Amino acid sequence: MTTRERILGWAFILCALALAPLFITSNRWIDFLELTLFIAVLGQGWNVLGGYGGQYSFGHAVFFGTGAYIQALLQYKLGWSPWLTLWFAISGTAAVAAMIGYLSFRYGLRGSYFALITLAFAEAFHVVSRSWSSFTEGGQGVQLTLNQDPALALATFQFSFGGPFMKAYGFYYTIFAILLISYAATWWMEHSRFGAQLVAVRENEDAAEALGVNAFAVKMRAICLSAAITASGGVYYVQKFLFIEPGIAYGTAKSVEALFAPIIGGLGTVLGPLIGSFFIHGVGEVAKEAIHGIFGDRPGVDLILFGIILVLILAFAPRGLVGLLERVWIRLKARRDA
Amino acid sequence: MEFLGLDLPSYGWETVLGSAISGVFLGSIYALVALGLTLIYGVLHIINFAHGALLMLAMYAVFFLWKFLGLDPYLAMIIVVPGAYVFGYGLQRGIIGKASHGRDEIILLVTLGVSIVIENAALFFFSASERSVLVPYDLDGIDLGVTYAVYPELIALGGSLLITFALWLFMSLTDTGKAIRAVAKERQGARLVGINVDHIFAVTFGIGTACVAAAASLLVPTYAVHPQIGYLFVLIAFTVVVLGGMGSFIGALVGGFLIGVTEQLGRLYLGESMGVITISVIFILVLLFRPTGLFGQRSG
Amino acid sequence: MLDVRTMSKSFGGLKAVSEASLTVSEGSIVSLIGPNGAGKTTLFALISGFLKPDSGAVTFNGAAITGQRPHQICHKGLVRTFQVVQPFAGLTVRENIAVGAHTRVAGRAAALAAAGEIAQLVGMGAQLDQSAGDLTIAGRKRLELARALATGPKLLLLDEVMAGLNATEIADLVAVVRKIRDSGVTIFLIEHVMQAVMSLSDYTYVLNHGAMIAEGQPSQVTKDPNVIEAYLGHGAAKRLLAMEATADA
Repeated sequence: MTTRERILGWAFILCALALAPLFITSNRWIDFLELTLFIAVLGQGWNVLGGYGGQYSFGHAVFFGTGAYIQALLQYKLGWSPWLTLWFAISGTAAVAAMIGYLSFRYGLRGSYFALITLAFAEAFHVVSRSWSSFTEGGQGVQLTLNQDPALALATFQFSFGGPFMKAYGFYYTIFAILLISYAATWWMEHSRFGAQLVAVRENEDAAEALGVNAFAVKMRAICLSAAITASGGVYYVQKFLFIEPGIAYGTAKSVEALFAPIIGGLGTVLGPLIGSFFIHGVGEVAKEAIHGIFGDRPGVDLILFGIILVLILAFAPRGLVGLLERVWIRLKARRDA
Repeated sequence: MEFLGLDLPSYGWETVLGSAISGVFLGSIYALVALGLTLIYGVLHIINFAHGALLMLAMYAVFFLWKFLGLDPYLAMIIVVPGAYVFGYGLQRGIIGKASHGRDEIILLVTLGVSIVIENAALFFFSASERSVLVPYDLDGIDLGVTYAVYPELIALGGSLLITFALWLFMSLTDTGKAIRAVAKERQGARLVGINVDHIFAVTFGIGTACVAAAASLLVPTYAVHPQIGYLFVLIAFTVVVLGGMGSFIGALVGGFLIGVTEQLGRLYLGESMGVITISVIFILVLLFRPTGLFGQRSG
Repeated sequence: MLDVRTMSKSFGGLKAVSEASLTVSEGSIVSLIGPNGAGKTTLFALISGFLKPDSGAVTFNGAAITGQRPHQICHKGLVRTFQVVQPFAGLTVRENIAVGAHTRVAGRAAALAAAGEIAQLVGMGAQLDQSAGDLTIAGRKRLELARALATGPKLLLLDEVMAGLNATEIADLVAVVRKIRDSGVTIFLIEHVMQAVMSLSDYTYVLNHGAMIAEGQPSQVTKDPNVIEAYLGHGAAKRLLAMEATADA
């Protein structure tokens, strides 16, 4: 694809996302879009480390949960403004990432071992957040006070009681803004020296080292960026739902969702997590409708499908949907030019 | 008592010993679960993330055999173990092997995908409610003085040791066992002498699954079955394998017992919830400081 | 320029490199030869930081580099290629070379441009946008060389860069290597292809069972009985001399 084509493509997608809510009246579809963008953000966080960096984390919830908990606890215990706490949430999570990254990369953990240790850290954080009740409120979770004063909606970063536009679209545009920033950061990374070195480390760490790439430093930067993006998803979650507890924060659900989107959408591409998220959630909706008709409401259906899609994509389209779309595009262009 | 700055309760030596002994019983099951995992790793060089889901599936199988046929969980082994072998063989040959194109990172993700499908299928079909098996002898046992060992625990210990021994015999004496060890040591070389490596991979996966099914049989009298139970055990199994050394049978046994005892002692001193964290901590420490484990070999 | 003093490395009970010493002077092409398993690649790995020696020291341009990490050594101007080629398979040729270029250049556009120039230099200009995974073995070897060159090295360690090539490809690559030396890069190469060794090297070292058994001009070294025996076995030197004597008679 030429640069011009790419720019047009992106402009189209971003405009569509920016204007979509104005054309959608049903709350259910706004919620659907929000959820999709939310997972697209978590997915991009995973993608930076996993897709670009080749380090597959199976415990990415540790970054989501820590970001969410910092955001919630600083407001709950110290009464700080959410606009202030979010900086701490993001940088605090990046610091946690630095610790995990230092321990993992310093000792040369790769591949399966890295996946395992991230899983272990997520579990450890899960247990600690559940047990250390004095600090984290334990199993009952942290419940933030709902702000009902419309004048304070923006200040408290809570839009449920804001004006009509805020109430309907406030959180949508919040996650959209987060998406924009994190995707821009990823795009910038991809086109920078850091990105080239990260990808080199993914492809062949020894060869990269021989060519002057400090693999350890590059991986550290990647895990911190990855954590920061994922943590911003946690900030959004807390502001929207005003509640966080150990299972939601550190449970396997977020870890798994964070990796579905980029793998299915296309590892190591900026667009991948977004497309992947839309695909799986779209399929999930359709499946839920279909199953509801036959079996009633039963949990687990969408994840079964996601798992199957994951295996199918890995088997037949390892470059994900983006890879497939690119092949289709090339074929269409060839036919047009012929 | 003071330990690392923590204020821990004091117990008499009988309580501690009793806790340790129950840890040994628990550990024997961990060892059996880990055995399958370490075997699969030793031969295929992959960490089978679907291991926990397979355990859960086997436990459900044992449960349903008990529920609908009245079959005693231990006797159910006769059906479940061969069935698990076939299932594992097919899974590796048909899905995991095919989807992975032989690349390690992909295998990791494929086994994860498989585990997600299995777990959620179980959730969908069986619902999240816990199922328990009631056997007439589950409260009878032997009085050991410091603790009371119920029959299920004793059978679990005996069963695990027996199965481990049987597996060791199989690996040492039979042709297939030797072929498996050959493939584990030198894949290309094994191919060159005519061993069907794909078949051996599938056989190994089948045996690993069969081990897990045996463990399931031993676990069901004591543990309630629900879709998440695999996940609970899988982390422990990983810890055992990493501690004991990837690919080592002895390691799985020793590691299993060590983890079992540590967990029980952790529960004793730190309480139920924090006790669980000892496992994660051990896991992380081993991965960092001695990733080859106690008995493992340095892999390439 | 490069000074290796009594370097040793053991793996378990096996002494892979034993008290090896050598010098590479600036602007020269020096070769390291020896039978398979002699420890040549291990020595390269020790020099370039991929392995830590048990004993011995490496000095590069006056500075000690023993035990430093490969990327640090690369930044000092010493770069190695790998005997078993290690392309970044998922990237294009240009992107591969650009990784090397980034050692000197921060901007993406500049690095990609520099990559293009280097590719022309080694004769890969036509393949710039191909995926590295699609290259033939000759192409991959050239890519390995191009990547290393892009880092702007002062000393290039080439590990069997001619292996697996046919006669034409070897001749082409020999010309490229000479061009590289003429542009100011010192070259230290491991090689089995004698044609390349003879036509390129100013000086040769011979390694056998981890120890240096000979050094000197290539034409002298290949006549050294110790060297002949290392390659052809015990008593081979005597037999060859006897054959030459009967041929003369």
